[in-house]
Amino acid sequence: MSSMSSTPMGRMEQESSRGGSATIGKAVKIAGQIFSREDLYVDGDVEGTIELMDHKLTIGPNGKVHAGVKAREVVALGVIQGNVEASERIEIRKDAKLVGDIKTARIVIEDGAYFKGSIDIVKTEPKAAPSQPRPQPAAAAPAAPATAAAGVAEGKR
Amino acid sequence: MSDRLKIFWRGPGSPAQAEPPAYGGSLPRFAPRPAHRTLLETRQSRGLEQFFASFRGQTGLSILDLGGACQDNINFVTNLGHRFYSEDFLRIFQETFSEDVADQSNPGRIDYFLRQSLDYPDNQFDGVLAWDVLEYMEPALLAAAADRLFRVLKPEGYLLAFFRSDDRAETAPCYSFRIQDLKTLQVSQQGERAFSKHLFNNRTLEKLFQKFQSVKFFLTRDRLREVIVRK
Repeated sequence: MSSMSSTPMGRMEQESSRGGSATIGKAVKIAGQIFSREDLYVDGDVEGTIELMDHKLTIGPNGKVHAGVKAREVVALGVIQGNVEASERIEIRKDAKLVGDIKTARIVIEDGAYFKGSIDIVKTEPKAAPSQPRPQPAAAAPAAPATAAAGVAEGKR
Repeated sequence: MSDRLKIFWRGPGSPAQAEPPAYGGSLPRFAPRPAHRTLLETRQSRGLEQFFASFRGQTGLSILDLGGACQDNINFVTNLGHRFYSEDFLRIFQETFSEDVADQSNPGRIDYFLRQSLDYPDNQFDGVLAWDVLEYMEPALLAAAADRLFRVLKPEGYLLAFFRSDDRAETAPCYSFRIQDLKTLQVSQQGERAFSKHLFNNRTLEKLFQKFQSVKFFLTRDRLREVIVRK
């Protein structure tokens, strides 16, 4: 798992250690934009935007997200205030609180969860198999960091 | 609580004959809604049937559920191709007014509450599922809420609301309503809540919804009034 430490934004880098997932710990506060190409677990405070392309975002029980969220899958155990787009599914657990509009293919909401907003169910078309193999690039592009945060990160004391 | 109220919703021989959960001698006026729920019964609802019959053949409508989000209702409404909006009206009501009944006549507090719970543009919704949330309110707040609901409904939009027996008790079980199909509701109990002393009979309900184009009542055997109003 990767972990984001409470370092300034420019030096924030993930440390790949456990199975392609990054963590924002509960003592971490981030203001800005987060883009990730791996799963992300947020147990701290995030203000801004979170984009996880084809990955899973989990908001832990201590997590407080005031942000627009885009991910393949979103699991909320904490607080989300902002619009959420989950291309595959969103799960709102019983003690979670979500205020915002949801666009997703599937929603699971437990009794006791608080939700205020709208739900748009978007039926996803199954991806068609490519008819021809895609040409391989001549040279591999340099690997980019899987998770990048632009903004300000600070540790809570 | 009268015997009639105790058997209210349940009917003879229904599985849940147990007393509602005890809160000891100091029941708060608005007990917090517990996450757990006790299934009381599955019942037919003419009001629900009429409500969705009004939208037959249409998709892409905006339906507001004031009972808080639950999986069954989300699935049902979105499977019909509509957009589902959720408000936990009673939770906001409880947070705003707590135990202070007098506050429900305070214009500032009423305005604050409606901004928290029904802050939508005029003519936003094709339908509103209000369930029984209106019957816990005192008259001034109730009138203001009915007025706001009128505004947020589109012309020709429908609202479904339930009002229980004319009998008034200090407290009564708090219910949640889950749609099983076009005319079937699953009713569960989630703690207790204080009732308004306001009586809801046909006349008072017609007065409450006087701005609307029509008010239709379905009186059930257990003296529940299911009300469909059309803007």
